[in-house]
Amino acid sequence: MTNFSSAADDSSNYDLPQFETRLRRARLGLGVGVVGIVMVFVSFASAYVVRQGLPTLDPRTNTLVHDWFPLPLPWLLFFNTGVLLISSLTMELARREVARNIPPARVVSIPAVSAVQERTIFWLAFTLLLGLAFLRGQWVVWRELAASGFYVATFPSSSFVYLLTGMHGLHLLGGVLALLVAASASLLPGPVESRVVVVDVTGWYWHFMALLWVCILCLLTLVR
Amino acid sequence: MATGEFAAHEAHAHAAPQGFIRKWVFSLDHKVIGLQYYFLALTAVFVGMFLSLLMRIHLIWPGMSLPFFGEIKPEVYLSLLTMHGTIMVFFVLTTAPQGGFGNYFLPIQIGAADMAFPVINMLSFWVTFLAYIVMLSAFFVTGGAPLHGWTGYPPLSALPSAGPGQGLGADLWVISIALFCIGALMSALNFITTTLDMRARGMSLMRMPLTCWAWFITAILGLLAFGVLLAAGILLLLDRNAGTSFFVPLVTVNGQLAGHKGGSPLLWQHLFWFFGHPEVYIAILPAMGLCSQLVSVFSRKPIFGYRAMVYAMLSIGLMGFMVWGHHMFMSGMSPYSAFAFSVMTMAIGVPSAIKTFNWLGTLWGGRIRFSSPMLFALGFVSLFVSGGISGPFLAQPTLDIYLHETYFVIGHFHLIMGVASIFGIFAATYYWFPKMFGRMMNESLARWHFWFSLVGTYCIFMPMHYYGMAAGLRRYSQSTEVAYIHNLLPLQKFITFAAFITIAGQFIFLFNLFWSMKFGKKASDNPWEATTLEWTTATPPPHDNFAGRTPVINNGPYEYGVPGAPRDYVMQTEPLTVATH
Amino acid sequence: MGLVLLIIIWLITLISAYFFIAKTWWLPVGASVAAAGIDHYFTVTFILMGIVFVAAQGILGFFAWRYRDRGPSSAAHYSHGNNRLELAWTALTFILFVGLNLMSSSIWASERFRPAQPGAVQVEVTGMQFQWYFRYPGPDGKFGATKPELIDPSSGGEGAVGLDATDPASKDDLVTGTMYLPVGREAEVILRAHDVIHSFFIPAMRFKQDAVPGLAIHMHFTPISTGDYEIACAELCGLGHYKMHGMLKVVSQQEFEAWLAARETEKQ
Repeated sequence: MTNFSSAADDSSNYDLPQFETRLRRARLGLGVGVVGIVMVFVSFASAYVVRQGLPTLDPRTNTLVHDWFPLPLPWLLFFNTGVLLISSLTMELARREVARNIPPARVVSIPAVSAVQERTIFWLAFTLLLGLAFLRGQWVVWRELAASGFYVATFPSSSFVYLLTGMHGLHLLGGVLALLVAASASLLPGPVESRVVVVDVTGWYWHFMALLWVCILCLLTLVR
Repeated sequence: MATGEFAAHEAHAHAAPQGFIRKWVFSLDHKVIGLQYYFLALTAVFVGMFLSLLMRIHLIWPGMSLPFFGEIKPEVYLSLLTMHGTIMVFFVLTTAPQGGFGNYFLPIQIGAADMAFPVINMLSFWVTFLAYIVMLSAFFVTGGAPLHGWTGYPPLSALPSAGPGQGLGADLWVISIALFCIGALMSALNFITTTLDMRARGMSLMRMPLTCWAWFITAILGLLAFGVLLAAGILLLLDRNAGTSFFVPLVTVNGQLAGHKGGSPLLWQHLFWFFGHPEVYIAILPAMGLCSQLVSVFSRKPIFGYRAMVYAMLSIGLMGFMVWGHHMFMSGMSPYSAFAFSVMTMAIGVPSAIKTFNWLGTLWGGRIRFSSPMLFALGFVSLFVSGGISGPFLAQPTLDIYLHETYFVIGHFHLIMGVASIFGIFAATYYWFPKMFGRMMNESLARWHFWFSLVGTYCIFMPMHYYGMAAGLRRYSQSTEVAYIHNLLPLQKFITFAAFITIAGQFIFLFNLFWSMKFGKKASDNPWEATTLEWTTATPPPHDNFAGRTPVINNGPYEYGVPGAPRDYVMQTEPLTVATH
Repeated sequence: MGLVLLIIIWLITLISAYFFIAKTWWLPVGASVAAAGIDHYFTVTFILMGIVFVAAQGILGFFAWRYRDRGPSSAAHYSHGNNRLELAWTALTFILFVGLNLMSSSIWASERFRPAQPGAVQVEVTGMQFQWYFRYPGPDGKFGATKPELIDPSSGGEGAVGLDATDPASKDDLVTGTMYLPVGREAEVILRAHDVIHSFFIPAMRFKQDAVPGLAIHMHFTPISTGDYEIACAELCGLGHYKMHGMLKVVSQQEFEAWLAARETEKQ
């Protein structure tokens, strides 16, 4: 004897409408994924802290010496940070703007009722631009460091600066691609629920990227 | 109209695919992806076994010329052992139990139609497959595969000048592992989200089969550990190719300065083992979950101490992150840290012991049926005990001073990973084959396979403990140079001959697997009379597992032998008619 | 099948246990102060874990036979467990495992928590692919400077460790390929490595320590019997790992001093 419910009384099994389940599930997935990414950066950070404090054996004098040289950070790095934080703001505006379309969508699902749905991508586009500006700015920071003679292998501190900015930039690039997906989902016809889920998840990922960058910056400026 | 659409949409996120490519290559169906992982692991295990066979032959007949590799030079021997370890740990033990069986059966056992993110699931397999191809390609490049062991300690792994195979081969090895980490993280994401968010009504966490708990906890371990390995791999790639010195201090190789300074080899070890210890629990937990399942099904009584089993797995998982230093007692790490790690390591033996007691407690008072899955489950318990007992030796730094890097360690981890965990994979295959392929595997062949494997692996790995007690060292391509090691050659001979016989026995399994797919006896939907959800579906399950319906769960997963019930098992979906307690 | 399982599991258990009890392949005779204590804890661990091993496998085999399905007459005993029993065996296991560890940690503490005593014989042990070199500080008691640029493995001896001749303390430094130690005196070894991680292992002394590039690791042990003891490298270091071995010769104090003096005169 097996006990099943059929799809018809699915609503009795699922108290929530399908959209909220999808949103919750997507957010949960993002949260889990973020934990995975955090562990990568925690590893880099602990390598940084260890290396910064680690003396090494100088074979010539047979003594332990500290060889950490704190890298002077270009001020552009801080400007870029500002850009990223503002982009987080615009991303949040985009996320809420799209979420506002849900109640009208439910109204529209009642036959013979029509409601206007916004399909603007203004805030998404703004965020995209700021994100690209940030990435370009980080690239310029690299050029400035190289011009001052600090390359990847010059000092342990420079290795970490390139590593941390590079890995963060790579993940932010992923966020930029997600923004492009979100923007095209906004422009193409399709259920508004999918659009909201995509933009929502992208939004939270974007905020995480900003928070991560702040942590990296703190590490670079405070642990010297 | 809309509600109906949404409900149908929720019931299954995508319609059944048509066409060979969508159905079997880039499938989004967790069952197909599970099979893809399984067959990847199957090829990998035979590659890994072949490599170990060559190693075994070389150890006792050093001058012999062998297929593909010719006469095995010392560096080739080391590359064989490096690739053997890497392929077995990653592409067998971290794929088949979790990516293979976990993917196939987790959604079904919790009453879901698929994993939470089918596209990510598909991608995780193909990334893993790519990692596998990259790993194998290391054999075919100039210099060959790396020789630095599966643990890849720098500076040896970071310096191309440190040995043959340490050039492009080592780079490919690191890249393969980095790709594998990405695949594993994606997979972990899916398992965790699915378990937390997609259980059917009535399937509370404490009604989940222990297999689901095992897959869930394994996924959490993977999520937290693989990121660390990925980071370490990136740092190693930079040291190797960008001139950085994360891991390499000022060294000279053969009198030539290597161009690095200030790095710390111990940093790699810390990062690697922070991953590496949870990794071995990733390799064993699914087998433990399955063992609990099988011991209950085939004793026809509930698992002894379900809650204790859950808490034991949770504590193994948690404590697994606090013991990594026990791989580093001799590394130059602070002896005070070593002491702390060792106490923690002994403590982690406690939940493992509890699980063993509970398996024995389940057998007690049972009505044991000796079907092939049960034979392998019983074998698992025996092997887990044997492998586990050598743990407390190694966990004491005082004794590890002597035993570190000897064959005692190899015996220990092979009994647990290389045999017990593999027995878990065999048991899972014999158990779930009827559900996956609609036919039974041949029981006589299965019994032959079981006896070959149980006796054979004991003959291979128990003598390694004696070899280690006599200070026989690992990763030695020959024993000719050190007199006391050379005296131990008879043990190596015995082990090699045992290996020949055991490996031969594995072909019985291979034959049985493929033969039964076409010619095995047709299986009913529930041939083992088990209670969990996979046995309520059609055989094999339809694309969305439950044919458009959603199960409702009323009972726990181990209601066997319930007094007063009409049969000696009560399905999880059966309405409550008898008091289960 | 139940009976066959019982027999095979019991046989495997008894045969395995036999070779441990008979010590057919075993540790070499201990030749250091620490060996007695370490061997004692080996014995304690073997006895305790041996009892657990035999008991667990024995019960497994027995249950497989005793609780086999004997047809409709046998009924499974329906029970979800016993919490009191769980707590009891959890506590006992915890006490056994952690207790064992705490007991043997006294040896670890005495070997590793304290530095070498003053007056110990100092030897710098350097590992490189694929050879061990031993440097004695000579009559001045100081190790001379070394320079990585001066390292030349093909020249052996002083060239291999990169001894800097311009440092006055280097003049009386002795570099050999064989290790000599006087019996009954504590030896302080300073472990270094030039290229990759090696590990300095003397089974008879129950001594092992990784030699890590970038570190100079101070350890100590005290030989108590004269004789020749093999040294083997115990950390994978490249293709020659299997042949990176050496010899420790423990001799009387007089012989040790005579050997040192002979080496010194050879240098002149």
